[in-house]
Amino acid sequence: MIKAVMVMNTQGKTRLAKFYEYLPVEKQQELIRGVFAVLCSRAENVSNFIDAESIFGPDSRLVYKHFATLYFVFVFDSSENELAVLDLIQVFVETLDRCFKNVCELDVVFNYSKVHTILDEMIFGGQVVETSSSEIMKAVEEISKLEAASNAITLIPKSASGWRSR
Amino acid sequence: MSGPSLMDSLFQRSLEDIIKGLRQQLIGEQAFISKALEEIRKEIKSTDLSTKSTALLKLSYLSNLHFHDMSFAAFHALEVLSSPRFSHKKIAYHAISLSFHDSTPVLLLITNHLRKDLNSTNEFEVSLSLQCLSRIANVDLARDLTPEVFALLSSNKLYLRKRAVAVVLRVFEKYPDSVRVCFKRLVENLENSDPQILSAVVGVFSELACKDPRSYLPLAPEFYKILVDSKNNWISIKVLKIFSKLAPLEPRLAKRVVEPICDLLRNTAAKSLLFECIRTVVTSLSEYESAVRLAVGKVREFLVDEDPNLKYLGLQALRIVAEKHLWAVSENKEVVIKSLSDADPNIKIESLRLVMAMVSEHNVSEISRVLVNYALKSDPVFCNEILGSILSTCSRNLYEIIVDFDWYVSLLGEMSRIPHCQMGEEIENQLIDIGLRVKDVRPELVRVARDLLIDPALLGNSFLHSVLSAAAWASGEYVEFSRNPLELMEALLQPRTSLLPSSIRAVYIQSAFKVLVFCLHTCFVQGGSIVPSASLNNLPAGVSASVSYESFDEISVENGADVTVVHGQTCASAPITKESIVNLLNLVELALGPLLGSHDVEVQERVRNLLGFVDLTKPEVLNSAVQEKDDSEGKGVETSKVIKLMHDAFSKELGPVSLSAQGKVSLPDGLVLKENLGDLEMVCGDLEPPSSNTFSFGSSYEEKDGLSFSNPQIKEDSEQTNESTSLLAEHRKRHGLYYLPSGKSELVSNDYPPANDPTLQGDIDDNADNLVKITAESLVPKRKPNHGKPRPVVVKLDEVDEKHVAMKKPESRDDSLSGAVRDVLFGCEDVPPTLSQSNLSNKLSSKRKGKEKQHTDPHVESKENVIDDGNSSLRRKDRSHGKERRHRSPRKKNVEERKETNQKEKEKSRRHHARHKSRQRAEEPLKVSAQTPVIPDFLL
Repeated sequence: MIKAVMVMNTQGKTRLAKFYEYLPVEKQQELIRGVFAVLCSRAENVSNFIDAESIFGPDSRLVYKHFATLYFVFVFDSSENELAVLDLIQVFVETLDRCFKNVCELDVVFNYSKVHTILDEMIFGGQVVETSSSEIMKAVEEISKLEAASNAITLIPKSASGWRSR
Repeated sequence: MSGPSLMDSLFQRSLEDIIKGLRQQLIGEQAFISKALEEIRKEIKSTDLSTKSTALLKLSYLSNLHFHDMSFAAFHALEVLSSPRFSHKKIAYHAISLSFHDSTPVLLLITNHLRKDLNSTNEFEVSLSLQCLSRIANVDLARDLTPEVFALLSSNKLYLRKRAVAVVLRVFEKYPDSVRVCFKRLVENLENSDPQILSAVVGVFSELACKDPRSYLPLAPEFYKILVDSKNNWISIKVLKIFSKLAPLEPRLAKRVVEPICDLLRNTAAKSLLFECIRTVVTSLSEYESAVRLAVGKVREFLVDEDPNLKYLGLQALRIVAEKHLWAVSENKEVVIKSLSDADPNIKIESLRLVMAMVSEHNVSEISRVLVNYALKSDPVFCNEILGSILSTCSRNLYEIIVDFDWYVSLLGEMSRIPHCQMGEEIENQLIDIGLRVKDVRPELVRVARDLLIDPALLGNSFLHSVLSAAAWASGEYVEFSRNPLELMEALLQPRTSLLPSSIRAVYIQSAFKVLVFCLHTCFVQGGSIVPSASLNNLPAGVSASVSYESFDEISVENGADVTVVHGQTCASAPITKESIVNLLNLVELALGPLLGSHDVEVQERVRNLLGFVDLTKPEVLNSAVQEKDDSEGKGVETSKVIKLMHDAFSKELGPVSLSAQGKVSLPDGLVLKENLGDLEMVCGDLEPPSSNTFSFGSSYEEKDGLSFSNPQIKEDSEQTNESTSLLAEHRKRHGLYYLPSGKSELVSNDYPPANDPTLQGDIDDNADNLVKITAESLVPKRKPNHGKPRPVVVKLDEVDEKHVAMKKPESRDDSLSGAVRDVLFGCEDVPPTLSQSNLSNKLSSKRKGKEKQHTDPHVESKENVIDDGNSSLRRKDRSHGKERRHRSPRKKNVEERKETNQKEKEKSRRHHARHKSRQRAEEPLKVSAQTPVIPDFLL
């Protein structure tokens, strides 16, 4: 089972956090900080594992991948395969890349809901349910359409943001 | 807070505005967020669902990425959930899965929303609802929504079916009774040809099998089929996970799967699957030599791979193999040792563990040498990792692998000098522990301690202070082995000791006290005779030799038989002469005088003790230095007596105390242990602070000065005995660190194990055990012929508790779940027979059925039995304890009772064991085969 997925940048700012068991926010923050403290001390071109048991307790493993300014971190237990999860990170990043056309940190920052939707299509309650990025894309697009359609009923645009930020 | 106005909802900021604002804010992030939260709190009360949902989304964002609590919005989330719009629902579900937990009060209200959405025609709505259920389901939700989940398990939309399969895991966990409803459909999905469904189902079963593998043994045929047929790596990996749990339970299953797994191992190109095969073989199929060989061959490929991930995993696999097949590590020794200097800390640590796995008593010194060299070159973190693993490996099972303790003690000394060493406390513990347990090593221990103590540079390193404290303690406690006590004294009193923390300084002073007493004793009381407590043959020269003074003839006569002084004997070679003693006393006064005003009570106390002692003895020492013949007989006698008493007090040997020693001390009559001590403080408040009763040497000296010498000798004597023992007790109390926690010092003697009530049955057994151990040790031929000396005896204490630990069965957490699963599987054994079954010859199968039955049926009840047994034995024991407490006098009866319980326990464990065996091997022919066969064996 996958216990948590987090994305953080190289400054330690959280960009995505998903815990598949309920944890109070303070605990979440503490865990993410713990992970970042280890990650930022690691050199490039070393293995993608860090010892998670000291942070997440017994029977937990952690793999991460470093892309540009972001760390993608997956925490899981002994019923997952380390290399398979590494592949899963790849799938996740590929999907983001397809979705945002050359994904960068800003895309993740500004598309909070969409990134969560993508992740939810992949991992369901800690179980991996989809590993094909094209399938994920299809579902995500349909969900977006559905959202747009349900919003279109509103005649007055809700957000005055465009006007306001000028 | 005013209610939301129209303006609020018209000019509401969207999530994007918040994100932008956060990036550009000028007022500081926290201030910006709290402002935003204030807005959200207003907006979320809006009656307009769009405004509400946007507020909720913003709140989720701030909660998720900026860690602000959003539990206050739980009810609002439910309100948004009731919106007919998909986008609102999505936001609400997201918020709910972020913030709801078992004790969220509004959880009760969500059931109907979830049910409605689970029945929706829009598959994405159903999916959202399932997703939410998989996160927040509690007993009630799981129970109430089981029918919906059951229906979805056979949904014709694959998208939903695999999610329903996944959510089953949570539903089962929370509400085990749902197994009766859903399990069959879940199993049917194992037959599904769609890889996505299969992947989800196998995933669920691998999770379930993790928790309680035995219940899923009957499904082995299905899993086997998937293993053989699957072309999907994800599925294969999960099935392998299942088999690695099942195979150890059922040898025939292991035999059956080993071939297909080896095929996979040979043929797969996917590294993840390859690694999973390797892991399965080395963890669960390690009896199959050829499979292990094949796996280790693949591991080697991993080890030499460029990819650090593969290398790391390879090392990990190797560590698992090492438990049973050490040859695999030795074959790859070069790679492993080379990896010690890898750039990746993971790889370094993993290879370190492997190196430690190779350690045996033959090579421990070589390996330690290599590792210490690595430690010298490594970064601080890894250096301490190395030192820590050397320490823990060498001390395992009471220094099992150490033959040459002299070497080990000097290694400890060397390790503490490594610049990055931060293992001071562990080294400290081991030095003291070895000192207590291994008599033969004490001379070397004192030598090592001396080397550490006289090096003033070490005092500057705060990580070493605890090592120094151990060294100081050892040199004081075993000063009789010291080559040069005077030098030791100088080391203990050197000016740089001011760098030590006061607790350790106190140890130094106490050790100085011991050394001083020893010197004086050797010089004056002992005369020329050999020190009795150091009667070992390898006593260093110089200690025994000292000048005898004729003036003390009388004393020795008066003192009785235990001190023998050869008249007129002089040994000029002695380092301890009168002059040196005088110098020593001067040194003590000089070094410790300033500490009389120390702010630390501990230090001050000890300094007063020591200086009081010096005051007491100095006049006489000076006296005897001036005139050969001492006339003031009375005083001389008295002082020497003091010296002797102090010496006796210090020379009592301290032994290790068993962890269970306290339990063996019989409970005195009328002592109630479990009374509430809450009001103790009040009672104690009236008492004087204990420090005022502490014994002080100085004052007692003055007191004694006032006494007339006509006082009966005996009285004086006894008083001093009291003094010296109370001093010892004081030391013990103060310095508990260096005494093993016993509180029963009187019982500590040379006969181990101490602190035992010899009348107790268990104890006799233990003694016997000890003897057996020791003799066995001495009988074992020296395995290392080039070793000069046999391994010294290491004092071991009984580990009584082992038995109990072994008896305790790990209670399965979700007992009810596995019970339900078993009910379903064993109760209505309609599991669709697979193709493999048809190949079975009837004869075989009937025979197997019988056997199979034997090892499942008793199991179902055996579990309860065991638990029951455990309980009753516990109860029984409780009762016996109670009796013990109430009637102390009929001890014999007690002993017998205890014996009985012991025996019962043993018998039980034997029975249990036997049962286990028969279950495993299923070799006994069966008489009960007439009963309903429970699991048909499809495997052969």
